[in-house]
Amino acid sequence: MGHILIQDLAKRYQNRRQHSRKNDIHAHEKIITVLEDVNLEFQDGEMVCILGPSGCGKSSLLRIIAGFDRATSGKILIDGQPILKPSSDYIFVFQHNGLLPWMTVWQNVELGLRHLDNEAEKEETIQEYISMVELDGFESYYPHQLSGGMQRRAELARAIVVNPELLIMDEPFSGLDFLTHLKMREEVVNMHQFINKTIVIVTHDIDDALVMADRVVVMGNASTKNILLNRKLAFGHPRNIEKIEGLRELRDELYLMLGVNYAV
Amino acid sequence: MKRNPLFLSSVSFSLLILLWAIITYFGDFSEQIFPNPFLVLASGVELFNDGTLLKHVVASLYRVTIGFYLAVILGIPLGIVLGRKYLVRQLINPIIQFLRPISPLAWIPLAMLWFGIGDQPAIFLIFLSSFFPLVVATTMAVNRINPVYFHVAANFNFSQQEVIKKIIIPAILPEVLTALRLTIAIAWLVVVAAEMIAVQSGLGYLILDARNALRMDIVMVGMIVIGMIGVLLDLIMLRLAKNDAIGWNKAS
Ligand SMILES: Nc1ncnc2c1ncn2[C@@H]1O[C@H](COP(=O)(O)OP(=O)(O)OP(=O)(O)O)[C@@H](O)[C@H]1O
Ligand SMILES: [Mg+2]
Repeated sequence: MGHILIQDLAKRYQNRRQHSRKNDIHAHEKIITVLEDVNLEFQDGEMVCILGPSGCGKSSLLRIIAGFDRATSGKILIDGQPILKPSSDYIFVFQHNGLLPWMTVWQNVELGLRHLDNEAEKEETIQEYISMVELDGFESYYPHQLSGGMQRRAELARAIVVNPELLIMDEPFSGLDFLTHLKMREEVVNMHQFINKTIVIVTHDIDDALVMADRVVVMGNASTKNILLNRKLAFGHPRNIEKIEGLRELRDELYLMLGVNYAV
Repeated sequence: MKRNPLFLSSVSFSLLILLWAIITYFGDFSEQIFPNPFLVLASGVELFNDGTLLKHVVASLYRVTIGFYLAVILGIPLGIVLGRKYLVRQLINPIIQFLRPISPLAWIPLAMLWFGIGDQPAIFLIFLSSFFPLVVATTMAVNRINPVYFHVAANFNFSQQEVIKKIIIPAILPEVLTALRLTIAIAWLVVVAAEMIAVQSGLGYLILDARNALRMDIVMVGMIVIGMIGVLLDLIMLRLAKNDAIGWNKAS
């Protein structure tokens, strides 16, 4: 389970509040096309990393996959079923402050299990996942009492405790310091190997994609071409970019594709 | 050296009373116009001892409590609905914005006509004075809730009830508590004014009655008691606002 098929997807936004001035040539452009002709297929259990310049519609795509937003046309099938509304089968991990600030770490992790009747089993599971993200002893802390990295880990625990078919992460490492970023990345890779579910991650960091991904997708603007690259990476984990020739070449290619002459 | 704030405020009040005593001692005012602090104190003690003061205080507090309570249980839910439902907001908000700037005191004639003399018109005025600020503050607070939290709620299959209980209420609680604090001060202002017209009891009535009898000492007793209860109400609301339930908000 966790197979995703995206067919001829398009997303247009209608900008309602346009402060149009007469000499503003964009004033008449009330509809902006963010996604156009997007066709993608992710296999069950794949770790998919999506790269792309700011504003190309990565978050828009993720929101549609999660059911928070509707596509203008086209369809997305998860395991053959169209998505009609958000569900705890597809958990979204937010870029900023996804934890509910008025709930402790424990209460946040409990969200997905709140309907479980067996209290003992519930507590055991919550504790297990809090331990998995190394937050033992912080159960009764509020999000604002945690560091940025700890908050992300707590949110990760909250997401995977419900055993979702699909995990959707929008820039989960942004705003973390360099070392925390690397550690979180490693944790997500380990977690992925453990839960073996499909994960779709948007990132701005090419190395993230190279180290983590089973599949790399590079997006561009809808005005040119939305999907610039969709490639499967068949490398095992852990990966050292410097030691794998294929990854080094791909890195140069990705930099070029994203408009940086890093390689030459 | 850090002094106890209670100590400092007692210093400033002592100075104020001293100033008052000096002005009345040297100022050659008639007692009917500007009574001295000792006279006011004596009248206060007398009113306290014969139970008059307590009776009026209870009458005022009763009206404020009922009016304020009604405003809270009707205003906050309405504010939540207005904050969440775009269409309802477009429909109702103009009316609220129109009624809000009309001083509750302007309602006095109608209130007396509708409810007669007694507690009811006063309670109605207090209700009006608290209701609109609470609705507006709640609507704004609900509007400001980070949409991410509603996404989280949808993602974890929250029911409508859970969204209200676990997202909206905790999220708006800090702002609503602040609004309650401001609103009870308004309600307290209005009760005194309302009692000068519509009823035969309460601190407002005490002041009006004393004025008619040219007893400025009793007028001042009334004013001082009003001030003290106002401070007390504010302290109670402040304590409420330091509630554990909004401890999470400390960071912001
Ligand atoms: N709700 C919305 N209403 C109108 N326009 C929107 C809305 N959400 C996004 N857009 C527009 O869609 C475009 C793509 O936004 P999106 O957030 O998907 O980009 P992104 O690729 O995630 O960018 P970033 O890397 O900066 O996060 C932007 O031009 C943005 O202005
Ligand atoms: Mg984005």
